[in-house]
Amino acid sequence: MILKALIFSNSFALIIAFLLIFMDRVINNYGPCTLTINDDKEVQARGGTTLLRNLFESKYFIPSACGGKGTCGYCKLIVSEGGGSILPTEELMLSSAEKKQGYRLTCQLKVKNDLKLHIPEEYLNIQEYEGKIVISDPVTSDIRRVGIALSTEDEIIYKPGQYVQIKIPGSGESDYRAYSMASCPVEKKQIEINVKLIPDGVGSGYIHSLSVGDELDFSGPYGDFYLREDSHRDIICVAGGVGLAPIKSILLHWQRHNLNRTLWLFYGARGTEDLYDHEIFAELNEREAELKYFPALSEPDESWTGEIGFIHSVMDKALPGDINGEAYLCGPPIMIDAVTSVLVSKGVGEERIWYDKF
Amino acid sequence: MSLFLLLFASVITSNIALSYFLGMCPFVTISKKIDVAAGMGIAVTMVMTLTASANWLIQNLLLVPLGLEFLQFLVFIVTIATIVQILEIVIDRYFPVMYLSFGIFLPLITVNCAILGISLFMVLRSYGFIETVLYSFGSGVGWLLAIVTMGGLRRNLVFSKPLANFGDPGITAIIAGIMALGFIGFTGVSG
Repeated sequence: MILKALIFSNSFALIIAFLLIFMDRVINNYGPCTLTINDDKEVQARGGTTLLRNLFESKYFIPSACGGKGTCGYCKLIVSEGGGSILPTEELMLSSAEKKQGYRLTCQLKVKNDLKLHIPEEYLNIQEYEGKIVISDPVTSDIRRVGIALSTEDEIIYKPGQYVQIKIPGSGESDYRAYSMASCPVEKKQIEINVKLIPDGVGSGYIHSLSVGDELDFSGPYGDFYLREDSHRDIICVAGGVGLAPIKSILLHWQRHNLNRTLWLFYGARGTEDLYDHEIFAELNEREAELKYFPALSEPDESWTGEIGFIHSVMDKALPGDINGEAYLCGPPIMIDAVTSVLVSKGVGEERIWYDKF
Repeated sequence: MSLFLLLFASVITSNIALSYFLGMCPFVTISKKIDVAAGMGIAVTMVMTLTASANWLIQNLLLVPLGLEFLQFLVFIVTIATIVQILEIVIDRYFPVMYLSFGIFLPLITVNCAILGISLFMVLRSYGFIETVLYSFGSGVGWLLAIVTMGGLRRNLVFSKPLANFGDPGITAIIAGIMALGFIGFTGVSG
């Protein structure tokens, strides 16, 4: 009886699998299509697959943080011809202005015919790199500092605050996870990321399992969270926990280029052991007159002599009310929201606040 | 005559959504707008009819002769998933307009308990093939009727202010309850 059931269920599954493969090959096959990019380049695409996947296969890297599920909205591009009408799954992610301009979510849009689309200049700088791990040090109980050297002759050109997407090898299609770079952009041959281990996290688990000498692939740089250099305002940096990474990149860049602007660094963490790189900033604080460093712990032990409490209340006390500044925030959403309202009360408008929530 | 009664009962008196409270997730979440609700309803009707018919054939031509009825759940679920997948591919390819209006909901239906419920009921009540087709089609239409009515009622919610705690799903569940009471009134019609 058991044997019969096994034979039956196996052959049933086999038939179903063949049927589905057949349908996918025959009916879901729209043949080769041509994508015209920015009116000058033409690439071949596989019909029946999403536009995002096709662009990835042709080495055009479009930001995407959710793995093509239509929930992050990063992968939108202007599709000027051949896109058809907007799918209900795109509706939520596109504003009415974007719909008028012809924006589409490339992870939802299936290529069925020739398409004309526009890829912004900054995305064309995004490249794929092969890297080798040269540093993998635990800096707290769950955060690891990972240095990745570019294996090839390549160089990575980025702005302080931007992020890379690390390729996470899987059984099926590869996954990508985003990590901010903590290194100074002057170093073009090596980047640093800070990775906090998330229980059951696909990306952090993978990166924590690697050791010095292992290779990994990534692409970048991505993101519009980076230091604006066309102003002379004070730079207000706020970091929560592992959100320090892009802030550190901004700080290193600021120090390296002697930017003639005051930098306020607010750095919040839970316990003393969670405040990594604190010594570096404290030492820098002694030397640089223009750096104002405020570390704060919410649950300190007896040895802590600095500020106690959440970072937004520390900031509320420390920042003068008439500050002419612009702010860069990176940390958990609840911190970003609290800090934003403090900043607005100090006269820093929301258009001068940039943030990275995670 | 009994076939007609069966169809009528499945649409109205033993409405799958309002008498059995099956398929509640989409019933609550996708009933905000009438046109979207109708799209979902049509998709459910189509999938229900096709899967119940296919499952009847599999049950009576394969599982029963082989004495493997205990594999029912497994086989039914796989059949449903396959049919939904194929339907989506075919509609996307040949009927793009239909795909836009309801094809997009098809993947959501795979896990809809009303679909599996109909296949299990038809075995439980030992329906014949024609009866199964009518019963599943009728149940689909009944579900469509219920969700479109709910869509219409919820549209009017913009004019009222339900208590904050009732929120959107809360007030929808209460409306569904009142609608179900209304449907009880049909009970005597077909006995």
